[in-house]
Amino acid sequence: MTWSEMEPLLEQACWDTLYMVGWSALIAVAGGLPLGVLLVLTDRGGVLRNVVVNKVVGQVVNIARSMPFIILMVALISFTRAIVGTTIGPEAAIVPLAIGAIPFYARLVETSVREVDGGLVEAVQSMGGSTWTVVRKVLLPESLPSLISSATTTIVALIGYSAMAGTVGAGGLGDLAVRYGYLRFETKLMWITVAILAVVIAVIQFAGDLAARGLSHRGRSSVAPRLVLLRGGASRAGKPAPERRAAPAEIETVEPTKVP
Amino acid sequence: MITTTDLTKVYRSRGREVTALDGVDLHVREGEVYGVVGQSGAGKSTLIRCVNLLERPTSGTVSVAGQDLTALAGRGHRAGSALRQARSRVGMVFQHFNLLSSRTVRDNVELPLEILGVSGKERTRKALELLELVGLADKAKAYPAQLSGGQKQRVGIARALAGDPKVLLSDEATSALDPETTRSILQLLRDLNEQLGLTVLLITHEMDVVKRICDSAALMRDGRIVESGKVSELLATPGSELAQELFPVGGVPSGEDRTVVDVTFQGEAATKPVISQLSRTYNIDISILGAAMDTVGGHQVGRMRIELPGRFEENVVPIGFLREQGLQVDVAAIADGPRANPTPLLKEGAK
Repeated sequence: MTWSEMEPLLEQACWDTLYMVGWSALIAVAGGLPLGVLLVLTDRGGVLRNVVVNKVVGQVVNIARSMPFIILMVALISFTRAIVGTTIGPEAAIVPLAIGAIPFYARLVETSVREVDGGLVEAVQSMGGSTWTVVRKVLLPESLPSLISSATTTIVALIGYSAMAGTVGAGGLGDLAVRYGYLRFETKLMWITVAILAVVIAVIQFAGDLAARGLSHRGRSSVAPRLVLLRGGASRAGKPAPERRAAPAEIETVEPTKVP
Repeated sequence: MITTTDLTKVYRSRGREVTALDGVDLHVREGEVYGVVGQSGAGKSTLIRCVNLLERPTSGTVSVAGQDLTALAGRGHRAGSALRQARSRVGMVFQHFNLLSSRTVRDNVELPLEILGVSGKERTRKALELLELVGLADKAKAYPAQLSGGQKQRVGIARALAGDPKVLLSDEATSALDPETTRSILQLLRDLNEQLGLTVLLITHEMDVVKRICDSAALMRDGRIVESGKVSELLATPGSELAQELFPVGGVPSGEDRTVVDVTFQGEAATKPVISQLSRTYNIDISILGAAMDTVGGHQVGRMRIELPGRFEENVVPIGFLREQGLQVDVAAIADGPRANPTPLLKEGAK
């Protein structure tokens, strides 16, 4: 296979992967965030203590988490058809990807939000803050760096899952590697795919770390020395404002570039 | 300003019951600094958290500024809007500051104003004004992680004052600070009390805090208030445990046939040279076994344990002389060990 033959294949596969992962990541965050927060709020000692809700949601999350993705995908076929009208192609893959990732992210959110010092919640309650205020002003902002790290982890996991989604004809880089690299012995193409995946994951991880660190004000100086070096002449540490602006711009690169 | 009536809090966990508060009646007058002291586990924290209902009392009532908060609480553990509104009029300062690390100092002070729905410009103005008041105007843009403990507590105080509260609750506000910083934070609280007419209820395990800023104090033990009243009156109460804690005077008699007397000086009497007068007038030798002098609420106060030769019967006249001078004199019951068994613990202080 020559490069001119591979190039369009690779390009299409890249878009498909980004498309699937981007949308499913967005849905996973949108669904997992409230679910994770709910798990913390309804837990014993939480603001909305409610054993029944907590146990039910916890169990649903556990079951979804313990399901191997490939089984989940097959199990959800009829649901997928009901939603997107087809079970083939990237659109169809988004449904099981998102559903698989929601409980994954919810558990990570739960852990992150639980880390927030209970004293802060108490402080806001003593000011007359409602539960919603507690969530909006304390739990989410205080755990934001950790929530972003968790989102990064989720996105990386989704890229892994998306390779499996190739089995329902979803396309994408993983599918390309299996079909050409494994089934047709196009070793070169496979290695290129692997390399692209490695680079994509590295970029996402880096952007996520950068964002998380830029938003963290816990340490005395909020910007790690390594990042100051990278930014060349960034005058001094402990001046987080420029980092903060830079970070979301970089994370945008992993968001879906193709919108249906 | 703050009144609790028969406040009881029982914690139930896994079938075990722990009584944290056992019928506490507390009365804090408007404009005073009231200190609740006691060892850890005495129920102080539960008490202060019951005052703004962060902790729901099992029974009893709490009223702040004439408003019965327990009536606002309703059932369940969620705070209704009436209670939340009442809470916003009570400031609270915490031992571990509880500042949001994701917000700058100014934004932290603005937080209660955001909750009250104050507009952006007004919030900023108020926050900067409060930071000026606590002496941190230059740190408005810093993050809490960049501040020292004392500075963090100043931010905590500024934040507590943002809603223009009439009452400030202080939950061990100085316990995580060093002595020097403690003094400056206490001074700040005293100034705020005087300048803004703020009523302060503070809990602490440090007697020094009471000595330094409190008008009134209560001693808690095992969920009960053992003693309470104005500090000056407590000092004048014979056998007061708080007075003994505030001014511990030790010392054992040097031999048989000695009379040991605890003398408490207050106000004008504190400046008179009574001991040398006593010595000269009755031509007796007096030895001082222990003494403590300090300033309480701006007044010179002291306690001294002195030893007179001879039995009590022989010293009735000199002791009468001391009492005539306006001093409070307690004959220490040394025979069965120094205050091994002081006067009954349960009494409602000088009310």
